[in-house]
Amino acid sequence: MFGCGVYGFITRRNMIAILISLELMLNAVDINFAVFNRFLFPGQMEGMFFSLFAIGLAAAETALAIAIVINVYRAVRNVDIRQLTKMKF
Amino acid sequence: MELSYTVAVLIIPVFMFLFLGIVGVKLSKKTAGILGTVAMGITTVIAYTAALTYFFGTDQGQVIDGVRQQLTVLDLTWLEFTKNLVIKIGVLLDPISAMMLIVISTVSFMVHLYSLGYMDGERGFQRYYAFLSLFTFSMLGLVLATNIFQMYIFWELVGVSSYLLIGFYYTLPAAVSASKKAFIVTRFADLGFLIGILILSFYTDTFDFISLTSDPQAAISTAGGATFLGCSVMTWALTLIFMGGAGKSAMFPLHIWLPDAMEGPTPVSALIHAATMVVAGVYLVARLFPLYAVDATALDIITVVGAFTAFYAAAVACVQSDIKRVLAFSTISQIAFMITSLGVASPELHHGVGYMASMFHLFTHAMFKALLFLCAGAIIHAVHSNEMSAMGGLRKYMPICHIAFLIGCLAIAGIPPFAGFFSKDEILVAAYANSPLWGVWLSVVAGMTAFYMFRLYYKIFWWNNPDYGHHTPHEAPMTMTFPLIFLGLVSIVAGFIPFGEFVTWNHEEYVIHLDWSVAGTSIVIALIGIALATVMYRKENNIPEQLANRFRGLWTAAYHRFYMDELYQFITHKIIFARISKPIAWFDRRIIDGTMDLLANVTNSASFAVRRMQSGSVQTYVWFYLVGAVAVAAITIICLI
Repeated sequence: MFGCGVYGFITRRNMIAILISLELMLNAVDINFAVFNRFLFPGQMEGMFFSLFAIGLAAAETALAIAIVINVYRAVRNVDIRQLTKMKF
Repeated sequence: MELSYTVAVLIIPVFMFLFLGIVGVKLSKKTAGILGTVAMGITTVIAYTAALTYFFGTDQGQVIDGVRQQLTVLDLTWLEFTKNLVIKIGVLLDPISAMMLIVISTVSFMVHLYSLGYMDGERGFQRYYAFLSLFTFSMLGLVLATNIFQMYIFWELVGVSSYLLIGFYYTLPAAVSASKKAFIVTRFADLGFLIGILILSFYTDTFDFISLTSDPQAAISTAGGATFLGCSVMTWALTLIFMGGAGKSAMFPLHIWLPDAMEGPTPVSALIHAATMVVAGVYLVARLFPLYAVDATALDIITVVGAFTAFYAAAVACVQSDIKRVLAFSTISQIAFMITSLGVASPELHHGVGYMASMFHLFTHAMFKALLFLCAGAIIHAVHSNEMSAMGGLRKYMPICHIAFLIGCLAIAGIPPFAGFFSKDEILVAAYANSPLWGVWLSVVAGMTAFYMFRLYYKIFWWNNPDYGHHTPHEAPMTMTFPLIFLGLVSIVAGFIPFGEFVTWNHEEYVIHLDWSVAGTSIVIALIGIALATVMYRKENNIPEQLANRFRGLWTAAYHRFYMDELYQFITHKIIFARISKPIAWFDRRIIDGTMDLLANVTNSASFAVRRMQSGSVQTYVWFYLVGAVAVAAITIICLI
């Protein structure tokens, strides 16, 4: 699942799709936290809490990213990441 | 204190300086000039009142048991750093400062008046009067200072006003370089002065003149046996302080700025570079004289420097062709007389007659030298040249100026009953009392003085009768001739002032009695000098030419002031600039700046090298990141296994 996210992040051209790939990676990490916690340290809860934090962070980060995407769209009428290469030296 | 109104002589000029400096350009030239002159007139009246009250008043205990007291009429604390380090500012009245009040205010007022005519129509007329006020303020502050630190501040202020006034014609390159030269040379000397002050106050714990001079033995002994390079620290301090005085008073080898300072307007030369500022060095030594009196080494240095300068300047003055330069060298020579007189003075010899003689000569010299300079100004005004070759036969055109100049020459040559005779006679008495060597030496210089002054006189007023063409020289206007007449009268009568009653080194009365064996010789020597000048220069002839050819080498050397300026030029340019400053500049530019430049350049070129990687495509960055992360993870794992 993390691999899918990385692949999508690198190859997709639409910024929304890239955002979805990012969510995929985050969710993959969350699941990893939960699963490894359950199997390696069943008596402890740190992994569970960490995934809860990550979910909260992901929500905030998504809101921010959506806002950026919308602003970029307003500015250049385009969400294709390959066209957005203005910010280079 | 009753006499505390003396502080007004400082406040009025400084106010006039600010007023004329700030709103002067809004006023018409005439208004500005008259305002400045009137303010100076008021200052003069106050200064005279204060000085005369000090000398003749009886009700304030100025004289106790025949000893004239030093009065601190104003004493304010200016800066208080610690309990011991307090800098005060105040007004000190004692015989020499009261005498200087009279000298400065008289000459300054005369110069203000004279400048109304002389500077008429010049650009920057208002600025000129503002600077004159600044100078008067600083000079009066210098003489009235209660402590050596206050004196040092005003000392620098007179330096600044001298700089500003020498460079008054700032469009002329010669004036600009002359003002810079004057400033740098005197600043260099002031460095010695400052170090001297610091050493002196470090060992004595005080800046105050009265506490320094009231008990000189104690002041010297507090330094204990501290020595440096074989001399006691007190000798060093006093010699370094004298170095400051020598710079201001143009003593050899720091005299080089004074002849060049003649680039300034002539009334300025009369005021600053003849009568007042250049005697500041003499005044300084006189002020600290009780300290010098117990230090024979410092006094010997003063004597030797003074005597050598007197001779050197007189020799140079004999061959110069620019009338202001002749007067400049004669000023140097006369100031050297005063310095020598202080050097040979000691309390045991004739009750310290040298001190009194020096102050007396300072007083009379200020009057007749200001007179000579103002005459020279009138002459330059009339013929529009400084060179003697452009003059001759002027006695017919400018009778008042002629008489005034003659009086000045007779006074400086030491012919009775003119002022210079009495004061110079006292100096010679003091010199003979110290040692016959200095007596004979100064007598010879006095003869040379008579010779070169009368050479100047004949060259200007007799010699030949050149064709002035359509531009006939004429007598100067009233504002210029009045100061000449006034100073001429003063130069005649000033010698009869019983100076010993007023100014002596221990403030006790000293009765001047002419020593006819000395006075007679000096009159004879002066007459010989005058006779020689008469033979050589009264009518146009070729004797001077022949003599100059006979002693070609000597004449050229003297004409070039014995190459002192060239020597300075050589030392500063070839040695200091080329050998010391250049390597330092190279080190600064190449090594210190170079290191910093190298750092900046490395960063710069490195960033240029990697700039291609910043493509702007976000996904490329992610690729880099991914590859990097995987690589780091791989390395970590390899290292861990």
